[in-house]
Amino acid sequence: MTVTLNPLYRFDTLVVGAANRLAVTAAKAVAESPGTVYNPLFVYARPGLGKTHLLMAIGHAARAINPRLSVEYLTLDEFVEAFHAAIAAGHGEAYRKRFLDVDLLLVDDVQFLTHRREMQAELLRLTDALQTASRQIVLTSDRPPADIEALDERLIRRFAGGLIIDVAAPDYETRVAILRRKAEERRATFGEGVLDAVAGLDIDNVRELLGALNRIIAFQAVSEKALTPEQARMLVGGEAVEAAEAPPPAAEPRRAEREASPAPRLTSAAVAAAVAPVESGPETAAAAPSEFDDFLSEIAATVAQQVDAWRGRVSAAVLRWQGEGFRTAQLDQLLEQEMVNDPERALREFEEDVERLQALQAEAAALAPELAGSAVFRDPANVGAAEEALRQAREEGPPPPAPSPLWRLDGFVETPANRVVLEAVRAVKTRPGDRYNPLVLIGGAAVGKTHLLHAIGNALAEEGTPVACLSAPEFTGELIQAIDRDAVSGWRARYRRAMAFLLDDVHLIAAKDRTQDELFVLFNALMDQGRQLVFSSAAPLAELAGVEPRLRSRLEGGLVVELPPPDASVRQQVLARDLEAKLGASDAELAAYLASRPADSIRAAQALLQRVLEAAASKGLPPTVELARELLEEPPAAAPAPRRSSGRSSGIVGAGANATRSREKMVWEWPEVAERVIEEWR
Amino acid sequence: MSLVNFTAREITCKIVYYGPGRSGKTTNLQYVYGRVPESRRGRMVSLATQTDRTLFFDFLPLELGTISGFTTKFQLYTVPGQSYYNATRKLVLQGADGVVFVGDSQARRFDDNLESLQNLQDNLLSQGVDVRQLPVVFQYNKQDLPGDLVLSHAEMDDALNFRAVPSYAADALHGHGVFETLRGISELVLKRLAVGSPVA
Repeated sequence: MTVTLNPLYRFDTLVVGAANRLAVTAAKAVAESPGTVYNPLFVYARPGLGKTHLLMAIGHAARAINPRLSVEYLTLDEFVEAFHAAIAAGHGEAYRKRFLDVDLLLVDDVQFLTHRREMQAELLRLTDALQTASRQIVLTSDRPPADIEALDERLIRRFAGGLIIDVAAPDYETRVAILRRKAEERRATFGEGVLDAVAGLDIDNVRELLGALNRIIAFQAVSEKALTPEQARMLVGGEAVEAAEAPPPAAEPRRAEREASPAPRLTSAAVAAAVAPVESGPETAAAAPSEFDDFLSEIAATVAQQVDAWRGRVSAAVLRWQGEGFRTAQLDQLLEQEMVNDPERALREFEEDVERLQALQAEAAALAPELAGSAVFRDPANVGAAEEALRQAREEGPPPPAPSPLWRLDGFVETPANRVVLEAVRAVKTRPGDRYNPLVLIGGAAVGKTHLLHAIGNALAEEGTPVACLSAPEFTGELIQAIDRDAVSGWRARYRRAMAFLLDDVHLIAAKDRTQDELFVLFNALMDQGRQLVFSSAAPLAELAGVEPRLRSRLEGGLVVELPPPDASVRQQVLARDLEAKLGASDAELAAYLASRPADSIRAAQALLQRVLEAAASKGLPPTVELARELLEEPPAAAPAPRRSSGRSSGIVGAGANATRSREKMVWEWPEVAERVIEEWR
Repeated sequence: MSLVNFTAREITCKIVYYGPGRSGKTTNLQYVYGRVPESRRGRMVSLATQTDRTLFFDFLPLELGTISGFTTKFQLYTVPGQSYYNATRKLVLQGADGVVFVGDSQARRFDDNLESLQNLQDNLLSQGVDVRQLPVVFQYNKQDLPGDLVLSHAEMDDALNFRAVPSYAADALHGHGVFETLRGISELVLKRLAVGSPVA
């Protein structure tokens, strides 16, 4: 029912002249911000002056600005027909709802609303609903609303409430511009003055003007000589005279096929005069050849029209496949060519390639989800690359998860307490798989195990070694997924290719038998090949319950080091570094103060710093020790802001007598004076 | 036969004039032949008896020149109308891209028209061609005869044209309606290019 927008009807293919400038400007404004400027926009013009072109151009432009915009074009007839069908099928309400979801509704030919009270009411309701929802409606007609017979007064008022604008017939200059533009598009060249002569014929209907152009293009295609302006004028403009002189038609085509081609007809005598002299007998010299030439020019126009139709189809395909994210270089090349050997076959082949890519992509995505959006599946010109990518995915699966680039070894603060650990790490970095294998890092929560594990991974990856680095829950999750997809062998192969395997929080594999089995096998395989293994655990290995002894003993076979909790000096260094990173200047005093506050982890110390920074920012002051002290140490006895007498509350309630009065967990002051004033006033 | 040959950049249309004997099929071709410049027409092949009845078939090739990059050729054929030449008619009908049914407007030939039309449908069907898919136009010839002898355009339409395809009144002897008919069938045939389904 809803027609696809004609790809050729865009603003850039519309010739703008004095007659349509205002309408085009309004249309562009609507396309740029649908629903906000002129709503509804009502464009009227006599037939053949570009209403439909303008309407579809709005659709194209709006979609170009916002591809997610829902745009619908339809003629009033289609609207009516579909509505009747929906009513007959008992889906009237669904049909109405469907249009309410459209962001930009383009309705062509609303002059056919004449005497259709029921549809007028429907359109009125729809216009109101769309306007209320700030959705745009654009309508065209061949006459102003007031001239549409028996049109509901309310609809006229609605239209008048937006913008009613007309498109007039093009003037001479615009006609010349249109002819030149279209001749250029058709790659037709004419002698000097030919197009001007046609434009001078006062054909004020653009469609007829293009018919005239078709006529002279067709004529020139079959003529050996270039057309002169005089011949062009006769070819296009001589019809009325010639028709009167022509013998009464022996046969009137009964059907309306002539109405379907409103272009002026190339007349026999005109052709005879303009073109080929023919060698027939004397009594038929004037009439005989003309009849054939008349026929010939008709055929030429039809063939040209049909042959060039492939461009429209290819353009539509380009828009469609580009919209779906595929590269269309092959089709673009087709459009640049003058003539294409079997465009249908080229289109068919392109679409087959696209289908193949879609199938390859689906399979690859199932194997390795990160391949789903890969550009290699978007180029129909290179299906081979996509097949290769899939082959690789089938064979290898995706690379194992890499360490997070956020954690680096140089960001880890070294102190006397953790020096042993860092020495071991350096040894692993220098001689992976050789000295300390496996390396097991033991430590409580937030002491930096994960940081150190990923830092080791990054250090090894820098050497060009493929490194697998992930947490135990991720490892288990992947295994479950692989079992689910029946792809366990591929999953195993992924990890066996890694030159180093680093597993965070290994204590979490407790009671996960299958994970432990797989880890055990992997452990052995990697160790046999001299690959480096690093583990971290929140609990000492001896205390790991639910982990098979055979695995635990292997973990213990390398180097087990304990990462101490960060002492004040570590916290101070980290905070000083964070301060410098955030403020651009170091503040050793503040860092020392914050480090001296009780905090059982680096993360807790960083949270204190964050609070101080936020408080300083809200007061517009630089963060200082005094401010930090005031914020973190001020006794809760300090009176809160005066309570308001009104019953309304800001939502922050003071602690009761028995509640924990943690100064650090209460908000005692409004960050902004202005906000407080407003609140007080309320 | 392919209607469009993209490799050779050639469009070839085979149009067959069909109808009862003496309805004016050959006359149509002769009129066209007389109006086509020599440079554009091939030799008209006509196998006729001494009494000018078509025994085998007429063939008129037309070279329309290069249109939109395609060398465009029309081949016009007639079939022998007499009922006993059905094998020839079938042969000529093979690979037709379009058919002009030339009916005789004389009231006394009414049954001959119907019989020939039925024969056309049978022959197409025997070749696996659906007559609803094939471009067909009607030409009601001999409309120049006195009114009491001929059926009008509308009456002929009522009798023969139940699929409402384009139809033309004609006087092929004097050329009235001949090119209109040819143009009508040509446009129907060429418009199938857009559908992208070359006629086999």
